Amino acid sequence: MDLSAINPILLLASLMVAATPIILAAVGELVVERAGVLNLGVEGMMITGAVCGFIVAVNTGSPLLGFIGAAIGGAVLSMLFGFLTQFLLSNQVATGLALTLFGLGLSALMGQSYIGIKAPEFPDWHIPVLGDIPVIGPIVFQHDPMVYVGLAIVVAVWAFLKFSRAGLILRAVGENHEAAHALGYHVIRVRMLAIMFGGACAGLGGAYLSLVRVPQWTEGMTAGAGWIALAIVVFASWKPMRLLLGAYLFGGVTVLQLNLQAAGMAIPVEYLSMSPYLATIAVLVIMRAGRAPGSLGQSFHASR
Amino acid sequence: MLMLEKRPQPSKAWTLAAPLLAVVLTMICGGLLFAALGKAPVETIRTIFFDPLFSEFAWFYRPQLLIKGAPLALIAIGLSFGFRAGIWNIGAEGQYIVGAICGAAVGLAFYPTESFLIFPLMVIAGILGGVVWAMIPGILKVKFGTNEILVSLMLVYVAEQLLASMALGTLRNPEGMGFPGSRNLAKYDSASSWISENAGMHWGVVAAFIAVIFAYVILSRHQFGFNVRLAGQSPRAARFAGVNPKLLVLVCMGISGGLAGAAGLFEVAGPAGQISIDFNVGYGFTAIIVAFLGRLHPIGILLAAGLMALTYIGGEIAQSNLGLPGAAIQLMQGMLLFFLLMVDVLTNYRLRFGKGATV
Amino acid sequence: MTQPLLALSGLTKAYPGVVANKDVSFNIMPGEVHALLGENGAGKSTLVKTIYGLVKPDSGTMMLNGAPFTPAEPRAARASGVAMVFQHFSLFDAMNVAENIALGMENPPPQREIAAQVRAVSDQYGLPLDPSRIVGELSAGERQRVEIIRCLLQDPKLLIMDEPTSVLTPQEVDILFKTLRKLSAEGTAILYISHKLEEIRALCENATVLRLGQVVGDCDPRTTSARDMAELMVGTALHVPERAARPAGDTVLSLKNLSAKAPHQFGTALRDITIDVQKGEVLGIGGVAGNGQDELVAALSGEMRTAAGMITYLGENIGHLGPNPRRKIGLLTAPEERMGHAAAPDMSLVENAVLTATTRKELSNNGFLNWRKARTFAEDVITAFDVRTPGPNNAARSLSGGNLQKFVIGREIMQDPDVLVVNQPTWGVDASAAAAIRQALLDLAAKGTAVICISQDLDELMEISDRFAALNEGRLSAPRPAQGLTVEEIGLMLGGAHDMEVAHVDA
Repeated sequence: MDLSAINPILLLASLMVAATPIILAAVGELVVERAGVLNLGVEGMMITGAVCGFIVAVNTGSPLLGFIGAAIGGAVLSMLFGFLTQFLLSNQVATGLALTLFGLGLSALMGQSYIGIKAPEFPDWHIPVLGDIPVIGPIVFQHDPMVYVGLAIVVAVWAFLKFSRAGLILRAVGENHEAAHALGYHVIRVRMLAIMFGGACAGLGGAYLSLVRVPQWTEGMTAGAGWIALAIVVFASWKPMRLLLGAYLFGGVTVLQLNLQAAGMAIPVEYLSMSPYLATIAVLVIMRAGRAPGSLGQSFHASR
Repeated sequence: MLMLEKRPQPSKAWTLAAPLLAVVLTMICGGLLFAALGKAPVETIRTIFFDPLFSEFAWFYRPQLLIKGAPLALIAIGLSFGFRAGIWNIGAEGQYIVGAICGAAVGLAFYPTESFLIFPLMVIAGILGGVVWAMIPGILKVKFGTNEILVSLMLVYVAEQLLASMALGTLRNPEGMGFPGSRNLAKYDSASSWISENAGMHWGVVAAFIAVIFAYVILSRHQFGFNVRLAGQSPRAARFAGVNPKLLVLVCMGISGGLAGAAGLFEVAGPAGQISIDFNVGYGFTAIIVAFLGRLHPIGILLAAGLMALTYIGGEIAQSNLGLPGAAIQLMQGMLLFFLLMVDVLTNYRLRFGKGATV
Repeated sequence: MTQPLLALSGLTKAYPGVVANKDVSFNIMPGEVHALLGENGAGKSTLVKTIYGLVKPDSGTMMLNGAPFTPAEPRAARASGVAMVFQHFSLFDAMNVAENIALGMENPPPQREIAAQVRAVSDQYGLPLDPSRIVGELSAGERQRVEIIRCLLQDPKLLIMDEPTSVLTPQEVDILFKTLRKLSAEGTAILYISHKLEEIRALCENATVLRLGQVVGDCDPRTTSARDMAELMVGTALHVPERAARPAGDTVLSLKNLSAKAPHQFGTALRDITIDVQKGEVLGIGGVAGNGQDELVAALSGEMRTAAGMITYLGENIGHLGPNPRRKIGLLTAPEERMGHAAAPDMSLVENAVLTATTRKELSNNGFLNWRKARTFAEDVITAFDVRTPGPNNAARSLSGGNLQKFVIGREIMQDPDVLVVNQPTWGVDASAAAAIRQALLDLAAKGTAVICISQDLDELMEISDRFAALNEGRLSAPRPAQGLTVEEIGLMLGGAHDMEVAHVDA
């Protein structure tokens, strides 16, 4: 094998790309969980976003519209989860699983005539000045816009939760929904909005896979990315900035194993392909999660 | 305004009626979906739900029902223990694969010796393989408080890679002219799980029925079943009653892993025949739907497994006769679970029309 | 007569099966401290929630300062100058004091300003509080201060206080009363909800008594005797438990330097608890909530294991035993929380009988449960303790609090324990059921069982205990004979000054 074939700069640059879908999906789920809702349907929303984004982008020729379509697709699907868990008080774990199974079927059906088509080109930005800095420039400042959108959402979520009144209310609802209700906050309204945001973000993450990373549509193409995003939320102790760390760690393992495969490492391909999943498990074990939001996963029903 | 009001206790009538209503709603919505895909809705529904049982070729499809239903029932029974206790093993697919690999490996190791001992050994190896795979999330949960949902699911992807590696490498048929996949176990007498291939009977079917009866007795009569139900409903009350929550996690993970592993072995030594890259067809995930649809009750699971097997077979018929896309069946199965969760609200709540406190 | 601040007339609110409020009318004057008195289930909470905008009445009107008052939600009520301090459920453990306060305000200023305001108000009313502390780490009294300050920052015209003293020591109650009197003098009206008569007599100028949702009387508590008010509230003369004189028995259970780490983040560590419990006595353990009650019960029930030698039962070390082996030797427990701890809400009473009685009542054979026997046992408990339910197959959650509590306590008593530990045996239970439960505990002790009764209700403890000890921050004071203890002495014990006490009083 030839390790010198691995270019560290390209490796780090592709790490940022590999982490982006996970960041997008995870930051959405983080907001959902901070509102006290456990939506295990991230995988289903992601793949639905992937197919919606792909269809819109292929038909309009615009990746940007594709991403918008993906966000809408993910949000609409998440509303199904929201309706069941918030209004019909169904079990969140079971409903999330159902959402994933449903999303996998739905996306396969929607995407069947799009298999084998290539997505329209989504060019990278070469950010002037910053992009020209040696080493750092190619790693950080020469990516497609969605990489920066993902980062911007993380920062926005961080600021929203920390400084804004609405963020405070959202945290209050997730921490103790009975108390939030007693103070007159609309628990279900807040949660529905959070769920919708989570769905839109997961949709964006999925579309990033089908429009940028792969870039074409194949059935089941998310391959557990949604679940990894869920794991990273736990790893991040529900803190937005730590989420970046988790996603880059995961992205690093993914990119490294791909590079090792390409370099013809003596380990069979299958074992290298396992590594991102094994790394996720390892991270879950090593990093003891902080305190979860107090009302996470519980149904809320206003009683007398 | 429509309001929900909590019932003082769960409605027995709705507990039974909810799954039926969910099936009916799925048929209606499925029909609309098929119409949207340009198929005749009534005919498609009939093809999926009735033809496998009552058409002129039913003699061919009915044995299929056993073949598809058995692994679903076996896995779902195992899952139902954990789900009742609030332990969410959703990686049954991985345990199924590893069980199949381990069981098949034992069988292949003896090839071509013939002995009546080989098959029981394979079953044991299959169960152990599933148990070991399920113990990973179990032990991590007990020791480190790791989320079992995520770990068990990650291990599905790991198991799939392991399967690929086995099918392409270690277990590949040396006489297979380089094609991926192991020797055919179904054609190796001592290792075959078939009892009667024409009747659709293999040992997995027998095991599924035994598991149903066993689970029924344990859940309704035995202290362990009581502990499982108690831990799921009120974890704190369970500790007060003397239930060791860690042990319960391990036992429930072990049961579900063992049964999933056994299901994998029976499948690979019978209907699938060999270890190949994609011998698994997602029974481990469909079994989750089966478990919920059967209300986590052994008899219910048996019926639900039958229904789900029906949609698989009917789906295949519709695929070949009417050109219905395979994904539509998958979607319909997901829909069924959704509708079930949706109507489930009626078991615990009563709908009321009227004014009152705002939600 | 001046115009009332708040005038309620004809308020009615019905829930399916229950009329929570029926034609309730009364007035609250500006600056008045008005008591709302009634038993659990009398409709006090519903009425208060109506005023606070959480519940919409079916009929009836409210006037605030002469104008119609129909708050659609708490926000509207707060905007009109109505503030409320809740009994439970209104603080967020993982957030700090300033954030909690901001959540209770309409247009909160930035955090830094809130912190300054909190300091100002807490100085003014003598309620010290650090705005940057995490609420989950505060004591019950401090948590209440958070709620009060949250209300005061909005300059309320009417302050509603729902059972505010149930979590306070007598000294803290004094501080609270001073604050409330000061507020009242400044013109804030206070609607004070309680069932503690002496407090109401000490604080309030006017009282409205509710029973079964209806107003059954108004009185001036300063001139009405506690007994008269009690009878108004309950409707009948109360049964006072009888206690037989009993000789001191042998020691059955001893705790020796019992220490244990807090089981979770906001729990309390147990520190050096030493006490001997004798046959036939009722040991009352008082203390403000969150001072180690739950942890002590867990250590005794076997839910929490402790190091060797800390708990001995008839000389045997039992710290390593789980709940069932302890039941087997005769040590039974009834925890505080009925729903989800002492009983599983969704399970039937028969199943809830199996929950603790399998060992002693031999309800299982080789692990297989004998449901017929379990049903008989459940029926026995229901009969013996007058549990009101259509039958033993009904879910526990379908029972009222008092009835479920009678079932839970009865389930343990009917197993003939040698030691019975109960935590808050009459919390949230109506007066007649409470009296029945206390009598049952006394009867059990008279038969030779050692009863450890942990409670925050000091009146209850004084009524049934032979000896009294107090829990404070996980430490247990030296026990003292209950007879003759004064409120001041109890207050000192609860406040943690027990070391001084031991020095000059013989226990």
